Amino acid sequence: MDLQKVAQKNLEGYVGFASLPNQVYRKSVKRGFEFTLMVVGESGLGKSTLINSLFLTDLYSAEYPGPSHRIKKTVQVEQSKVLVKEGGVQLLLTIVDTPGFGDAVDNSNCWQPIIDHIDSKFEDYLNSESRVNRRQMPDSRIHCCLYFIAPSGHGLKPLDIEFMKRLHEKVNVIPLIAKADTLTPEECQQFKKQIMREILEHKIKIYEFPETDDEEENRLVKKIKDKLPLAVVGSNTIIEVNSKRVRGRQYPWGVAEVENGDHCDFTILRDMLIRTHMQDLKDVTNNVHYENYRSRKLAAVTYNGVDNNRAKGQLCTKVDTVDGMSPLAQMEEERREHVSKMKKMEMEMEQVFEMKVKEKVQKLKDSEAELQRRHEQMKRNLEAQHKELEEKRRVFEEERANWEAHQRQEQQKLEASRTLEKNKKKGKIF
Amino acid sequence: MSESAKVHHPGPPVKAEKTHGSDFSYVGIDAILEQMRRKAMKQGFEFNIMIVGQSGLGKSTLMNTLFKSKVSRKSVQPSPEERIPKTIEIKSVSHDVEEKGVRMKLTVIDTPGFGDQINNENCWQPIMKFINDQYEAYLQEEININRKKRIPDSRVHCCIYFIPPTGHCLRPLDVEFMRRLSKVVNIVPVIAKADTLTLEERDDFKQTIREELRANGIDVYPQKEFDEDAEDRIINDKIREMIPFAVVGSDQEYQVNGKRILGRKTKWGTIEVENIAHCEFAYLRDLLIRTHMQNIKDITGSIHYETYRVRRLNESNGHFTSLPAVEPKTNGLPAEQPAALQANGVAAQHGALSHEM
Repeated sequence: MDLQKVAQKNLEGYVGFASLPNQVYRKSVKRGFEFTLMVVGESGLGKSTLINSLFLTDLYSAEYPGPSHRIKKTVQVEQSKVLVKEGGVQLLLTIVDTPGFGDAVDNSNCWQPIIDHIDSKFEDYLNSESRVNRRQMPDSRIHCCLYFIAPSGHGLKPLDIEFMKRLHEKVNVIPLIAKADTLTPEECQQFKKQIMREILEHKIKIYEFPETDDEEENRLVKKIKDKLPLAVVGSNTIIEVNSKRVRGRQYPWGVAEVENGDHCDFTILRDMLIRTHMQDLKDVTNNVHYENYRSRKLAAVTYNGVDNNRAKGQLCTKVDTVDGMSPLAQMEEERREHVSKMKKMEMEMEQVFEMKVKEKVQKLKDSEAELQRRHEQMKRNLEAQHKELEEKRRVFEEERANWEAHQRQEQQKLEASRTLEKNKKKGKIF
Repeated sequence: MSESAKVHHPGPPVKAEKTHGSDFSYVGIDAILEQMRRKAMKQGFEFNIMIVGQSGLGKSTLMNTLFKSKVSRKSVQPSPEERIPKTIEIKSVSHDVEEKGVRMKLTVIDTPGFGDQINNENCWQPIMKFINDQYEAYLQEEININRKKRIPDSRVHCCIYFIPPTGHCLRPLDVEFMRRLSKVVNIVPVIAKADTLTLEERDDFKQTIREELRANGIDVYPQKEFDEDAEDRIINDKIREMIPFAVVGSDQEYQVNGKRILGRKTKWGTIEVENIAHCEFAYLRDLLIRTHMQNIKDITGSIHYETYRVRRLNESNGHFTSLPAVEPKTNGLPAEQPAALQANGVAAQHGALSHEM
């Protein structure tokens, strides 16, 4: 395929494809958007409060208290979905919470459930992508992970470093300084510098804001970059300050306002996360993290012909697809395998079916023979009985005949004796 | 010299001191307080305080604030960046401080690395070992045949445990640690960096902590069972209602209403450390220094140390002429009381015994 030089042409009139963005816009608005956000941090750092503040809803309220109110024995991963609508655009927001992270005495491998969860979401997406019927592809991949750092003022804890090192290749990690109203402005500056230094030192790749051609945007992006990691304060309670109603936290010495850029970086986070970079986060998840996962998974499958995808949660770098077979050939191979498997299954099933049929026939025959036999036996029984009865009757007839004969004899005798007597009487007279 | 003369002052009420005018019934026994005070001033006091908590909770700052000078380990060994040590270390720094003629040897024992690792199993063991080692050293000195007039007291009198201000409940690590250590040392739990919590959150958190402490049977200072009389009980009950203290530390001064006070300045206000409307640092300081310091030392000496001693001596049993009656030691100045221990020099027979609880 040669790359032909594409000539640029100027149009003479208005054609109308400038309305393409509008069409895209209308279609996406109809379809709606999805966004999945994960929050990770020790308990008590204000994660639930921040989520409530970001989206101005009470995701965790009194009726459904967040996981913060009880310390868990093991790390869990909980998902909550909420559908928000604004200006005709609807957003299906999924918040993934991780209660129990970093709370136990021994926190080794507390990141494992989280890594497993992220991988399982990638796997779901991969499976739904490889299906034959792809009409609905729900995207539940984690688009962004907000990591909350405790405001110690010194630096990152070993747990923070470990976690970020393991997750920066799987998801967009955005570190935040939680409960930033603990720090004075100088402490905050120093803390941020220290954290960024440590992040560089350990080669952690946090989410990078993309460079654009627009000068104006670049300046904004640079301003955000200077303030990383963002120091946030969350609150949903409204307080009156100078006859203005603001969201904030009321202290005896003053009110820390959430939306005041001087007090904390909450507005920057909100703008970045929702208003400007949400789409970019999704793109990076799709193009970088998901592709990493996919190439690693598929390469592992075809390398040995055996599914050796046990290497989860390990620190690997991006695998180059050029090393393995081209994806198309891989798919062909897979398809062939699949087809042969199907054929084998079919044959097996036929065999099984035949065997079953034979068995059934045999059984039927058997039962028929059995019936026949019984029939014969019964007949014989009957005949035997019949004969017996005949025999009895004969015997009985014989007896009767005998008896009759006997009777006649007796009779004769009697008659004879009577005549004799008569004769005797007669004779005596003579 | 004049002291001994005063001590042998005879009893008859007629020989009253002229200084009290026409007070015939005055004997002068209360003058012993003055003598004790003078002696104490000459000898000075010792106080050993241990601070335990995760890194970044403001422990060193609070120490500096408590004693109004740089007494933490960071003042002694300045390091530009804080590195979390791989294992728990015990760093002990001593200072001699003086106020109005009263001298005190203050030792601050810091425990960097506690609770900072990923796996914090048994992170309390080095600390327990340290505390028991101090008791052991004191015991060795005590049962020596030729012992010093005044045994240097390096026992940990008080352990301040810093609870991170999560606002929800105690973490398993906190419960484990306090449960084990409340048996060997006086624990004073404090909520660190309390400027994170609003007043309602603070009250809720304290309530939760108190309930959890009760549920787990953790006896923090002031312990209920060591209240000596009704008066003590009233005072201590008031304190027990406020435990744990929500503290904020600072060693920087700011100008507020024309006064220079210690505080933290943020964009939305200045937190005054000594203002009880802002935080409870003043109560903690009063408890530790102004009102209950002696009581803390007493309890350490008479109860925790004695428990250790009884256990220890029972372990190597049968080597003493008599098991002495356990008498409480006052003021941490053992030289005043006659030795109740009749043990001979059996120091050589004490091998390394296990210190685990």
